[in-house]
Amino acid sequence: MSGRTFTLDGQPVPFTEGETVMEAALAAGVYIPHLCYRPGYGHHGSCKVCTVAIDGHNAASCTTRAREGMAVETATPELADMRRALVEMLFVEGNHTCPACEKSGECELQAVAYHIGMAAPRFDFFFPARDLDASHPDVILDRNRCILCELCVRASRDVDGKNVFAIGGRGIRARLIVNAASGRLGDTDLAKDDAAVRVCPVGAILRKGDAYTKPVGQRTFDLRPIAAVAIEEARRERERRRG
Amino acid sequence: MADRKLRIATCSLAGCFGCHMSLLDIDERILELAQHITFDRTPLNDVKKIGPCDVGIVEGGVCNAENVHVLKAFRRNCRILVAVGACALTGGVPAMRNNVDLWDCFQEVYQYGGGIEDGQVPNDPELPLPFDKVHPVHEVVRVDLSLPGCPPPADLFWKVLTDLVAGRTPTFDRTLVHYD
Ligand code: SF4
Ligand code: SF4
Ligand code: FES
Repeated sequence: MSGRTFTLDGQPVPFTEGETVMEAALAAGVYIPHLCYRPGYGHHGSCKVCTVAIDGHNAASCTTRAREGMAVETATPELADMRRALVEMLFVEGNHTCPACEKSGECELQAVAYHIGMAAPRFDFFFPARDLDASHPDVILDRNRCILCELCVRASRDVDGKNVFAIGGRGIRARLIVNAASGRLGDTDLAKDDAAVRVCPVGAILRKGDAYTKPVGQRTFDLRPIAAVAIEEARRERERRRG
Repeated sequence: MADRKLRIATCSLAGCFGCHMSLLDIDERILELAQHITFDRTPLNDVKKIGPCDVGIVEGGVCNAENVHVLKAFRRNCRILVAVGACALTGGVPAMRNNVDLWDCFQEVYQYGGGIEDGQVPNDPELPLPFDKVHPVHEVVRVDLSLPGCPPPADLFWKVLTDLVAGRTPTFDRTLVHYD
């Protein structure tokens, strides 16, 4: 332990060398909203929901290393508005029909939207045509709900050692692709207990048959806000690493 | 305020009336509310034409030409327009047809769906012109307040209506917000 600190909204936050602002904040019990970051997985920095102001400049807290004496702000009206706009964009660029989604109540996109106070997206909806892959016996892939966070890509490659997923295409045409000649999930070695299946923060990758084992109203984020869940998840990951 | 009753209109566009049912779910509190509000056009009293109102409550998305006329009349007549429910806010379940060809959709529903004999797609000129996509309300008119939920909980209706009756800007906390 080096005894080094930075300030987060004026409060001192300790960190160890190499830690990101996000990791140090979560360890100090401060939740910074995030979607593509997950404790224990490689950093990605694509959703920008975790953006904070560092010495006056905006930066993704999940990919920025903590430095001695930096002044970080997260709870400002400007950042709150920007985060809300980013999350609203994620809602309108996919097809998110929460009332008909198996993931509702367990979904991190939805829970982050609750946290940041989104009543409804302000933008026009894209209603894009996206396909659904039901070819796998145990897992369904619904691209309507994919937010391109690449967590499944990282999990399959780094944890499962399988490399089932990748992102193909660019910009608005980017989409999750499946590494099989047919492009179908059923032709891969994905198994229902793979980390890649569990890690999806939204209802894009789902285990078949599990959907309604827990009733709506009694699900994770129906009972607890995502801030508390994320801080606890980060603590478990730190304990796991310490062994 | 409270010396004059708040005049409220409601309608259901491409919705299922679930939001209206949730409003009625405030149960006996409706008696208290009735002392402070009066209804203009609403399916609850079957009045079809809207006049000047304080508050317009819109359930459902916009799926046909008639929805647009009703919605625009609400916007013209209501000081505060409140969009309620997933369908009004996002298109909701009706918008799940947005990537299905409209004619395919009609044929499935009226001709080939389970249990249908000699079905045909309705084609009466009286019927409103359907759109190829269902749109949320805010894409057509300006919305002053959005109440999420499928349906929004009765307590959310209660909180917002009592705020409006008291002349306060409506606020509600996160525990009343669910998109499902
Ligand atoms: S993935 Fe999440 S945000 Fe999208 S429809 Fe499902 S519950 Fe809603
Ligand atoms: S399928 Fe899920 S985990 Fe994979 S990129 Fe899409 S949202 Fe992320
Ligand atoms: S959580 Fe940091 S960019 Fe997505």
